[in-house]
Amino acid sequence: MLVVIDYNVGNVKSVCNAFEHLSCPVELSCDRKKIEAASALVLPGVAAFGFAVNALGSLGSVIKDLALSGKPLLGICVGFQMLFDKSCEFGIHNGLGLVSGDVVPIPPGRVIPHMGWNKVVLPSDMALFDGLGGEKHFYFAHSFCAKVTDKTAKIAYTDYGFQLPASIQKGNIYGTQFHPEKSGQQGLQVLRNFARIANGRGD
Amino acid sequence: MLTRRIIPCLDVKDGRVVKGVHFLNLRDAGDPVELGARYSDDGADELVFLDITATIRSRKTIVELVRKVAENVFIPFTVGGGINSIEQMDELLRSGAEKCSVNTAAVKNPDILTKAAQRFGNQCVVLAIDARRSKTRAGHWQVTVKAGTEATDIDAVEWAAEGAKRGAGEILLTSMDADGTQKGYDIELTRAVADAVGIPVIASGGAGTLEHLYEAVVEGHAEAVLMASITHFESYTITQMKEYLRDRGIAVNL
Repeated sequence: MLVVIDYNVGNVKSVCNAFEHLSCPVELSCDRKKIEAASALVLPGVAAFGFAVNALGSLGSVIKDLALSGKPLLGICVGFQMLFDKSCEFGIHNGLGLVSGDVVPIPPGRVIPHMGWNKVVLPSDMALFDGLGGEKHFYFAHSFCAKVTDKTAKIAYTDYGFQLPASIQKGNIYGTQFHPEKSGQQGLQVLRNFARIANGRGD
Repeated sequence: MLTRRIIPCLDVKDGRVVKGVHFLNLRDAGDPVELGARYSDDGADELVFLDITATIRSRKTIVELVRKVAENVFIPFTVGGGINSIEQMDELLRSGAEKCSVNTAAVKNPDILTKAAQRFGNQCVVLAIDARRSKTRAGHWQVTVKAGTEATDIDAVEWAAEGAKRGAGEILLTSMDADGTQKGYDIELTRAVADAVGIPVIASGGAGTLEHLYEAVVEGHAEAVLMASITHFESYTITQMKEYLRDRGIAVNL
């Protein structure tokens, strides 16, 4: 069973709805035992970074340990940002530190938030994008972005006047800055791909 | 490159989508969930649902509606109409809305924008402004509240800039003069606000032709265009709108 981490932030329901729409069994939970028993974890996030990290509390280290032990993890939006070392949104806050890098404001000189559908160039070796071709539009809504320093992470970019990291993959750790659950058919395909990765592990 | 967004707006009253002229003379336009799903299938980039009754009773209906829409529609949607607390926003976001728009509550208590941004991130916070052209000061627009029924002395452009500073992540800018007329957006208003803020501005009120959409983007500097009458009554499909814009050199998600 896939578990979507429920930690009192906005719009976690949509992620569950999308998996259910794909007939993929999913549970929304903050129960440690269920999280440990899950085939894979999804860390959603519609919140400010600091609020999200505080709301996650001690579950943060549980998720981190499980991810380090090989359980597939997908972070979405702020959940994606929390995979990194730290963020400076409304103060300095530590993330999970699973992928090296910081979360920084989108550089000025353009409309911020980066809000809407932007084209992501999809590397063929990133499993989340199987079956989607070379590029697709996805829905973004954020004011901060990842500055990835991890040399071992695969990165997919979108062009927002600079190369903005739209998605990463580092072993069993996946993340999307965009919202796959709000990106129409192509977004559903990303979630389908993640569900397949989760199933590949049995459980 | 970020694409310009096409956003159908669904005004909801008693569980039905309605559309009027200058916020009056409402006509029935269908079931909100069905319409939302249809627009999504037709390529809408986003949806906006406005609870135009905004009473305690309608509040429950709108949460239910948000749940149903979120189960069936996998594109972002904003909910607005009578929202006046962080708790209400939390409930709507948790029910599946991507963003909440505030209007009257923000005028009365601008701090709600800051609190909401700190809690949810500013990308969730839409400041809705209903503006009417000032009869006394040329080139100025007054903010109106309570669904356009009450005028204030607040200058719409200044209010937009202040709202952005306080934490709004987007401005949903409706021209009361143009609403429902299908005679085109108030381009001057749209441009004045878009140029005064660094956040996206959604042009609203007056869309009647494909040319109007193009004008709002190119002359009005809008990041997104919102429309109701021309989609509900099927003058144009979303695909037609996007093809038109694309053929005139505007990046769209098609």
